[in-house]
Amino acid sequence: MRPKNPHPAGRREHGAAARLFWPLAALALLLAFNFVFTEGFFRLEIRDGHLYGVLIDILNHGSRVMLLALGMTLVIATGGVDLSVGAVMAVAGAVAAVLATKTNLPFGAVLAAALGISVVAGMWNGLLVAGFRIQPIVATLVLMVAGRGIAQLITDGQIVTFTDPRLVFVGNGHLFGLPFTVTIVAAALAVTWALARRTAVGLFIECVGSNETASRYSGVNVRLVKFLVYAFAGFCAGVAGLMAASNIKCADSNHAGLYLELDAILAVVVGGTALTGGRFYLGGSIVGALLIQTLTTMMYMRDVSSDVAPVPKALVIIAVCLLQSPVFRGQVSGLVRRGVRRLRPAGGKAS
Amino acid sequence: MDANEPFLQMRGITKTFPGVRALSNVDFSVRRGEIHALMGENGAGKSTLIKILTGVYPRDAGRILLDGRPIRPRSVAEAEAFGISTVYQEVNLIPHLSVAENICLGRQPTRLGKINWKAVGARARQALARLEIAIDVSQELSSYSIAVQQMVAIARALDVSAGLLILDEPTSSLDETETAELFAVMRRLRDQGLGIIFITHFLDQVYEVADRITVLRNGERVGQFETARLPRIQLIAKMIGREPEALVAAAEPTAKIAPAEGTAFLEAQGLGRRGAVAPMDLAVGRGEVVGLAGLLGSGRTEVARLLFGIDRADSGEIRIEGRRTVLASPRRAIEKGLAFCSEDRKTEGLIPDLSVRENIILAMQASRGPLRRLSMGRQTEMADHYIRALDIKTPSPEQTAGNLSGGTQQKVLLARWLAMQPRLIILDEPTRGIDVGAKAEIEKLVARLAAEGMAILFISSELEEVVRNSRRVIVLRDRAKVAELAGSAIDEQAIMHAIARHETEKPSSGGPA
Repeated sequence: MRPKNPHPAGRREHGAAARLFWPLAALALLLAFNFVFTEGFFRLEIRDGHLYGVLIDILNHGSRVMLLALGMTLVIATGGVDLSVGAVMAVAGAVAAVLATKTNLPFGAVLAAALGISVVAGMWNGLLVAGFRIQPIVATLVLMVAGRGIAQLITDGQIVTFTDPRLVFVGNGHLFGLPFTVTIVAAALAVTWALARRTAVGLFIECVGSNETASRYSGVNVRLVKFLVYAFAGFCAGVAGLMAASNIKCADSNHAGLYLELDAILAVVVGGTALTGGRFYLGGSIVGALLIQTLTTMMYMRDVSSDVAPVPKALVIIAVCLLQSPVFRGQVSGLVRRGVRRLRPAGGKAS
Repeated sequence: MDANEPFLQMRGITKTFPGVRALSNVDFSVRRGEIHALMGENGAGKSTLIKILTGVYPRDAGRILLDGRPIRPRSVAEAEAFGISTVYQEVNLIPHLSVAENICLGRQPTRLGKINWKAVGARARQALARLEIAIDVSQELSSYSIAVQQMVAIARALDVSAGLLILDEPTSSLDETETAELFAVMRRLRDQGLGIIFITHFLDQVYEVADRITVLRNGERVGQFETARLPRIQLIAKMIGREPEALVAAAEPTAKIAPAEGTAFLEAQGLGRRGAVAPMDLAVGRGEVVGLAGLLGSGRTEVARLLFGIDRADSGEIRIEGRRTVLASPRRAIEKGLAFCSEDRKTEGLIPDLSVRENIILAMQASRGPLRRLSMGRQTEMADHYIRALDIKTPSPEQTAGNLSGGTQQKVLLARWLAMQPRLIILDEPTRGIDVGAKAEIEKLVARLAAEGMAILFISSELEEVVRNSRRVIVLRDRAKVAELAGSAIDEQAIMHAIARHETEKPSSGGPA
């Protein structure tokens, strides 16, 4: 009941920089490993004025999870989770592909429709969670299952291929020598950060996730905050869905974004945001997504069969999560101390 | 053995937590076949005493004799093996299992490793029969009323051949008829020779059912009394530690004073909510400190929740500056200039993950909306201002608020609301759990804020504090307003007297318009 030993008031504040340490360290370690052992990992070349290489591929292929992770970070910070983002990606891709091939709508309208539907999907989740107080995991499960069906309905069960060069550019084009997707992620990160930190939205999200009741009693519009984060996660999923469809020049409702919601959740957690809500770290989530993609690419390059690839991937991720846990770090350092003590001669001055 | 020999004797029980002496040298005894009420205000040590008896906490000193034998239970299971069973306030059962499963859970009779369902049902029916309750034990528990569920919990507790039954606030979620049913069961068990320890904050119930009363205060035993020989007023005086000598003869001090026309900032008429507070009138004027006094569970916090829009009132109306207002949510109440410093700062006040600065500016930022963000400069300035003004002991405004001590957290919350410059602030136990120096500071602050024209509703379980700070006092008992005192009529005796009076005085008010 009573706190046995209230934390000393002078305890140091753990800021965003401290939180980023472990995921960054893990990423650096992986890169170092590959620098030594994986041939060609760091080779970059310029073709037609564009950079190519494994590192660039990681950025390019990781872009979808990075985008999903941005939206997911805010949802998780409120204490929720969004399982439907992978399915929403499929819906967005289906809408864009069908409109681009079967209608004469201007390109801007196609984009707006695809993203608009994604936002509506997010708002639906938000309505269930904030309006009807359905547990997030259940509320978003609805769309996770139904979303792919909706995408199938839109494409009439077909894989719709498209050739519109502007739509193809989204996932294949280059800008500033880098894949265009990198620009999209950078822009999305900048916008998300500005929305969260240059307004008070970030504060509201964190206080809702940390103590919902107290936030409500302080006048924070808890339901609106929750509603908005799900809508935003829908938007991010829409963009990711466009990138995914564009990359393969078709809308494949069955496979687009499949299981990516899990990678996104993982990226957020690895990045230092707790699943219980509260403080969130956008940069951490990006690093987490990069970590996951680096692992995937590395398995691929080292000819690890795709059947066993998840195992080493899981091991690295468990290691990062354990390193972030103060309990685990405490126990490890305790073990080390005991081990050191045992090595010292008995009866020594050390105690 | 002497028949009057107590079944349970606790002698010289002492328990110290870091920084707090929770119990010092407490004696407590229960006979067979009696219902013994354990009374005391918050922090008196009731729950610590019970937890020592049931093996949750180890004791620092003292002896426990059960049936003349010394015992030292080290866990709840060990205590149960000695025949000491507890039923807690919240029904600790599994709603979706059957009654029989709930009663036998964890000790199902088995045959060859398989659960013997026939025996489960039989044992459950037998346990309930002891309470003279006949219900279908194969039904899901949740299909029965809370009262029946409570009985099932008791039956479960008694299943382990108990000699002593502890009922911790068993009636808090029961209505009148359900309470009566429970009391019938308690009397039946008493007549079967069981010793029952009854913890409650409803005075009427103590007088209805208890044979003897032990009163604790500040971790010490005040005394043990025969219920019939202890007048209510004496009991209250002993619980809060005031001598009521003068007051037995004192004339009715109650004086109802309506604030002068036009001066009330907030006026409530017939405000109430079923199951929480009976309809009551209340008014707080500008620059006035109105105290809400009453024992624990008398409905003080419930009134605050109605005013702040946390719970919806189902009767009556609220006028702010004469204009009828519906306070449907805390947001709306804040818009109208109200602030509410909750008694339960852990779950209703503090945002533990955020910094002191963010906690202080939160209400202000929430009222500005998300887009008009307070600049970092303004935030730091506000935080620094209140850290100095309220002497908030934090190494830096960026300290995580969850790491601070209770008193400091309380000040952070006070800062959050003062920063709003509210027109009415509701302070629910603002001095609980903080040291004497900080208490004096907060009282000084209350006086200063009132002088500046703020309306203040001051809720405290310490009568002394209410008397010292309030210009008017509303007295609550058993979730209803029983008196309103003003000016020189306010003193501790008068308040105690009002609490003790048996007949509930109907608040004379016009009903909802």
